Amino acid sequence: MSATSANVTVESAESQPLSRGRVGMWCLIIAESAIFLIFITAYLVYMGKSVNGPTPRQILTVPVITTICLLSSSFTMHWATGALREGKQLLFRVFWFITLALGATFLISTLREWHRFIYQENFTISTNLFGTTFYSLVGLHASHVAVGLIALSTVMVLALFGKVKQEHHERCEVLAMYWHFVDAIWVVVFTIVYGLGR
Amino acid sequence: MLCSATACFAAANSAPLSPTNIFAPDSTPARSIFRISAFVLEITGAIFVVVFSLLAYAVIKFRERKGDDGHEPAQVYGSNQMELAWTVLPVLIVVVLFLSTAQVIHRVQDAKAPADAVHVTAVGHQFWWAYEYPQYNFSTANELHVPVSSPQDDRPTFLKLLSADVDHSFWVPRLAGKTDLIPNHPNTMWIDPHQPGIYLGQCAQFCGTAHANMLLRVYVQTPDDFQKWVHEQEQPAVNDPSVVLGRTLFVVKACFACHTIRGTIAAGKVGPDLTHLMSRDTIASGMLPNTPENLRRWIQDPPAVKEGALMPKVDMTDEQLTQITAYLETLK
Amino acid sequence: MATDSITLPLPRAESRSVVLDWLCTVDHKKIGLMYIVYALIFLVIMGCEAILMRIQLARPELHFLTAAAFNRLFTMHGTTGIFFVAMPILFGFGNYFVPLMIGARDMAFPRLNAFSFWMTAFGGILLYASFFSGGSLLQGGSAPSVGWFAYAPLTSPVFSPGHGTDFWILSLLVAGVGSIGAGVNFVATILCMRCPGMTLSKMPLFAWMNLVTGGLVLVTISPLTAAQLMLMADRFLGSHFFDPAAGGQPIMWMHFFWIFGHPEVYVLIIPSFAFISEILPVFSRKAIFGYPAMVAATAGIGFVSLGVWAHHMFTVGMPSYGNAFFVLTTMIVAVPTGIKIFNWLATMWGGKIRFATPMLFCIAFLFQFLIGGLTGIMLATAPFDWQLNNSYFVVAHFHYIIVGGILFAIFAAFYYWFPKMTGRMLSETLGKWHFWLMVIGFHLTFDFMHVPGLLGMPRRVYTYQAGRGWGAWNMIVSIGVIFQVAAILIFVYNMVHSYFKGAVAGNDPWDAWTLEWATTSPPPDYNFSTVPAVRSRRPLWDLKHPEDPDWKYE
Repeated sequence: MSATSANVTVESAESQPLSRGRVGMWCLIIAESAIFLIFITAYLVYMGKSVNGPTPRQILTVPVITTICLLSSSFTMHWATGALREGKQLLFRVFWFITLALGATFLISTLREWHRFIYQENFTISTNLFGTTFYSLVGLHASHVAVGLIALSTVMVLALFGKVKQEHHERCEVLAMYWHFVDAIWVVVFTIVYGLGR
Repeated sequence: MLCSATACFAAANSAPLSPTNIFAPDSTPARSIFRISAFVLEITGAIFVVVFSLLAYAVIKFRERKGDDGHEPAQVYGSNQMELAWTVLPVLIVVVLFLSTAQVIHRVQDAKAPADAVHVTAVGHQFWWAYEYPQYNFSTANELHVPVSSPQDDRPTFLKLLSADVDHSFWVPRLAGKTDLIPNHPNTMWIDPHQPGIYLGQCAQFCGTAHANMLLRVYVQTPDDFQKWVHEQEQPAVNDPSVVLGRTLFVVKACFACHTIRGTIAAGKVGPDLTHLMSRDTIASGMLPNTPENLRRWIQDPPAVKEGALMPKVDMTDEQLTQITAYLETLK
Repeated sequence: MATDSITLPLPRAESRSVVLDWLCTVDHKKIGLMYIVYALIFLVIMGCEAILMRIQLARPELHFLTAAAFNRLFTMHGTTGIFFVAMPILFGFGNYFVPLMIGARDMAFPRLNAFSFWMTAFGGILLYASFFSGGSLLQGGSAPSVGWFAYAPLTSPVFSPGHGTDFWILSLLVAGVGSIGAGVNFVATILCMRCPGMTLSKMPLFAWMNLVTGGLVLVTISPLTAAQLMLMADRFLGSHFFDPAAGGQPIMWMHFFWIFGHPEVYVLIIPSFAFISEILPVFSRKAIFGYPAMVAATAGIGFVSLGVWAHHMFTVGMPSYGNAFFVLTTMIVAVPTGIKIFNWLATMWGGKIRFATPMLFCIAFLFQFLIGGLTGIMLATAPFDWQLNNSYFVVAHFHYIIVGGILFAIFAAFYYWFPKMTGRMLSETLGKWHFWLMVIGFHLTFDFMHVPGLLGMPRRVYTYQAGRGWGAWNMIVSIGVIFQVAAILIFVYNMVHSYFKGAVAGNDPWDAWTLEWATTSPPPDYNFSTVPAVRSRRPLWDLKHPEDPDWKYE
């Protein structure tokens, strides 16, 4: 057994196609997808099975604008990390901020929709099976958006202090994977809740 | 372990090892299960003998001997033929087992009730069994009566299984495999016992504190005896004037809120139907013989007798207890 | 090369308290040891729970324990065993040895590693805090009493008032986060951090099996997390996931739980297979037979195990074709499992078997796992299962696998790797006492436990009636516990005594072939002074047999 390169450090592995960060994030995505799958299954099984209370058709309005916001944020995120990879700091910060703003818009919209449901329509998680599965599934997604926004804000603050450099693009791309995952989940949830469910 | 299984097998028809021996079937579903189980036991037994022998042989033959030359043995890395062989053979065994199993599943689960079948709805409660006979318009509790089924007079009983609270499971091993009672998920099972007698079992899905004492008793009767029993159960409760005090106390102490005694105002559904309580051998869902003394002890403090029982201890004097017990003793 | 050179440990950092060092460590070896010690403590605790239960069941209608206490004990025993004994101990060995075997410096995410351990540890402490909260301690406090699979609607607030169920949910949610973290770490480490020359087809089976386990954990624990969140919502937010009155289906809990529950047992057995696959060849003095088949079989088991869950639900009233489907998938998973047994047998065949204590436990594993697998086939036959489900036959079956299989493999791992972790050999004499007492006790208890099941005894009963013919068998089962207790006491003594007074092990006491034996015992913090590069699956064999290296034949 020959001693090859004496100091093969772990850090250089990060810029390889199979980096620890990417593999780790894929693993997290797989685990989270499994959680979502269970909540989606519950939603599908209980569709139409409520014994009382409002039906989806009666209460839901399709959130077109907020969906466009969230899905566009994937594009702006992609442009942001692309800019960072090329060392374009200003472009990176602008696109990153827009991503953050779009995500925040989505979250605030969801919360406003819920506020209307709970305080005006009296529709809560305990109203019926639809309430149970709706709030849990959409809420699970919203909580993932919230966590993503916290991460995005942290990077935003660091970027404003000049701490996010070109060599950190890989880490931002890993975070972007998470963000794209959250968007992809929304596509599924949106289709099932606002499409199929109604 | 397999020897013990054989022992159970063999003893099945001689002096019974147990009144709940799964290898002593006495009803068609239990018999079908017994046959496929015997088949599986034979196959797994054969596999065990072969593999065990090979392992034992290897361990003995290939052990390091004293005074060995210290050289490593020949390193064999694998053999595609062997891998193929010991993949294909198990797959074939799986196919055979699966097909025979699927057949039995279909035959037992998808059986249709014939026109003269007896229908009973069994409702599982914490910690007792309600039995409703929709064909005869009465309910009873804890002791299930069914007619015997013979080749000449095949009269199976089809049970609809519901639950009033949590999950339970109806398991009388000599009559059938178990089927669960799950809220919001009605199930069906059937039995056609071939011999008159009493068959024992108990709840087989953990349902709370007193799960261990939620026992099952199935009384298989000749057609005549069964008709007689049905006729008796259909009657309203005996109205014995000498126990009017007890009957009043039954209402005053709010027993009527949980129990039904047909022909009186007691129509509660929370506890067992007591209309013909004295026609039963046991109380507390098979836990105690139905004697005046046990009945008194039970009414006095149910949770002390059966830990976890949901029937509360009702405040009453000894005299009141005597009256109520005497009243119930008249409900034949 | 590291076997020839002496690797000196770096000078220890000055004045760092030992406690703080262990509390804040991110070193995979220290974390591995913490997992193992933590699990051993809980092994003793769950053993005590078992002792109490077996005393109560030794004769019919005993009143040694109340029903309430007994029901809490079996719930805690099962939950502890799966989550706070088996998983931590297997993750512990995996953590310690995967980086060493692949020639890496540490796991991919050392801080996540520490976080995962502490989450798991906290989960266990939270669960056991339940004994001391609310209610009388002698009755089991507020410990959960709903069974380790916590079926709905028994777990609803109506039927489980008080906080026992909440302790169950919360402690497992917390531990579950730790497990998922561990899964992420194993996958990332094995895929990204192998030393030069170690392609996937050249890494030890131990690494392969931990890779499959890590991946399996990701899709196994998460359904449980989801189901528990639903149950929490039902209990605290008034939702109706499992509420029959509102149209909810308790049967959905069963599906979700077993979608977790079945692959979970493979999360436990596959690392045990990893131990056997490393130890058995060394003591047979032959390479593992059929390496590619073993990898394929393991991956196959991992995949198929995701599709068998409803064999735990044959009695719930699924339609006949549903039952038949799960019979088929369950029987199919037996095929790759059998393939492994045959490959281990073929490894021993033609070898020169050395009966050191690790090998004794491996051999017992083979016999016992064979039997456990065969009773599994019996249970897979749905009609047979209609009788056997929820009876003591099932309890016997899964203890056969968990104790007779997994625990015996863990003992083998201890005897094999204790020298590497501590630098001292365990006593062979005490090891043999441990082994034989364990064999006697295990078989007394778990062989005979099948019989009451065949005679109609359901599980989770705090007592049973005298006339059922179960008494004598239960007595034998309970007596077996005495031998197992003696065995475990000897084992603990062996570990403590040998840690201080055992023979010095040196780098490679067993004349083995994987990379962990190429460094000191215990390894230095940095594992290897120079990063190893490998050419075959058995780098040390190549070094010791330069005239006949593996890479010529692989």
